[in-house]
Amino acid sequence: MSTAPSRVIETTIGLEIHVELATSSKMFCGCEVAFAGEPNTRTCPVCLGLPGSLPVVNERALEHTIRIARALNCDVASHSFFARKNYFYPDMPKNYQISQYERPLGAGGVLEITGDFPTRRVGITRVHLEEDTGGSLHVGGSGRIADSEYSLEDFNRAGTPLVEIVTEPDIKSADEARAFVTELRAIVEALGVSDVRMEEGSLRVDANISVRNAGETEHGAKVEVKNMNSIRSVGRALEYEEGRQRAALVSGDMPVQETRHFDEKAGTTSPMRTKEYAFDYRYFPDPDLVPFEPSDTWIASIERAMPELPVHKRSRLAEQYGLRPADIGILTTSTAIAEWFEEAASAYDGPAQKVANWIIADLFGLCNEAGIPLTECKIAPRQLAGLVRLVDSGSISGKQAKQVLGGMFATGDDAALIAEKEGLEQLSDAGELSSVVDEVIAENPDAADKVRAGQMNTVGFLVGRVMRKTKGQANPKLVTDLLTQKLAP
Amino acid sequence: MDIDSGTVDYVARLARLALSDEEREQMRAELSDILEHAGRIRALDLDGVEPTSHPVRLLNVARPDEVRPSLSQEEALACAPAAENGRFKVPRIIEEA
Ligand SMILES: [Zn+2]
Repeated sequence: MSTAPSRVIETTIGLEIHVELATSSKMFCGCEVAFAGEPNTRTCPVCLGLPGSLPVVNERALEHTIRIARALNCDVASHSFFARKNYFYPDMPKNYQISQYERPLGAGGVLEITGDFPTRRVGITRVHLEEDTGGSLHVGGSGRIADSEYSLEDFNRAGTPLVEIVTEPDIKSADEARAFVTELRAIVEALGVSDVRMEEGSLRVDANISVRNAGETEHGAKVEVKNMNSIRSVGRALEYEEGRQRAALVSGDMPVQETRHFDEKAGTTSPMRTKEYAFDYRYFPDPDLVPFEPSDTWIASIERAMPELPVHKRSRLAEQYGLRPADIGILTTSTAIAEWFEEAASAYDGPAQKVANWIIADLFGLCNEAGIPLTECKIAPRQLAGLVRLVDSGSISGKQAKQVLGGMFATGDDAALIAEKEGLEQLSDAGELSSVVDEVIAENPDAADKVRAGQMNTVGFLVGRVMRKTKGQANPKLVTDLLTQKLAP
Repeated sequence: MDIDSGTVDYVARLARLALSDEEREQMRAELSDILEHAGRIRALDLDGVEPTSHPVRLLNVARPDEVRPSLSQEEALACAPAAENGRFKVPRIIEEA
């Protein structure tokens, strides 16, 4: 008996990621870098491309780019320069974008990603610096370019420093792509060079994805997927696209090379109208900007000032706090969360895992419901530590603590104050509880006898009676202790 | 090396230039001269010689990351052929034929 070998299809993904740098001023002029605001109030002759104006490089943007390049294990070019990428589009007033072509600032890097797949080393082809475009508003028709009557341009964003990161086609699934973007985002955030808000466009992801039968050496037709505005959409869009292409390959209806737009609502991709011919950008060195040769000492000083990268933070958290690996992954998705955790853990003497549990299992849920990040919630890290201590001391039960946490989240008050206000303090006074325990023993002589005879599973029944009598306010551990003491054989 | 008028037309289209027949012929001749010069350089043995990106030997010119005053919205839009709601108004964006 023989079965046909099942068909193995491989997915190949390469990413192109744009990161807007959080400098104070633009890439080539002194206009302020900011989000939103009145249109065309942050422009000057340089970023409007007026004749006779001359660009000058923002030194911090170079520094930030070198930081990103080094964090991605790239070599920093000893000689680098800017080029003009020529094309016409109304959101780009100069009719060329200042970018880098032959000599990117960083190249030949690698980033290791982990998850529910074998550890993957993703090659970083290049890290280069360029300028962002302005923003268009299409007026008339449905508001899309195709049937609009005219467009309105705002150049506030034009000239914002933008870093482009291009990976090798080393990513093998939507899951890995999601993990890559998550890790890259965490790195860039840790470096403090961008606010990496995908929904505001300061981190943008495009992907090239293709499928092929295992064993083939040529890649399948490359499909470019655009409009993935969150890490979640990166996963959803690529999962959809992976499935679509696999089905096409199996049915013999081969995928074609095209650009597809991800529809967030539908969770599907659809073809975008694109030009038939390849762009001819006529790159040439920008004569207005001189080449750049970073000295080794400068690069070394940038490296020395690098903050702890997520990969190092993870191993330190594992060693220092003994947290579960999965929890470490969650707590290090952003520097701010990791800092919050560490502050809470340092205010608590017991095992830090307990603090982590409260953050991950409870506090995140409250934050999500309220739609705010952890750092903006009213609870201070030391207050969470206070809550955990309150549970440890037996003043409140774990169940009550969840209620107290809700109160803390709403008011920002300390755990003890909320527990007191809401009358949630456990009866932990042995003297007070002792009499209730005596009453319960007297009321349940059979059960008491069983315990005296060594049937310890009956203790639970008696504890339950005490809890009922105290309306759930007794400290169960203390009650158990009292019962076993009093009913010792 | 000679450039044909088809190449001149292609480059002119990329640069959005409308050339008269006379201008096209002038460009063709001038561009051919430039390429001829490039051809002479290409004929040399230049293995291991870095292409020159900039003729002036000047390096590492940068400015500190400091905000300077921008133009006002009125100033920015002063030269705009058309404006609306503080934005530059441009014709409908169409695909290249
Ligand atoms: Zn400017």
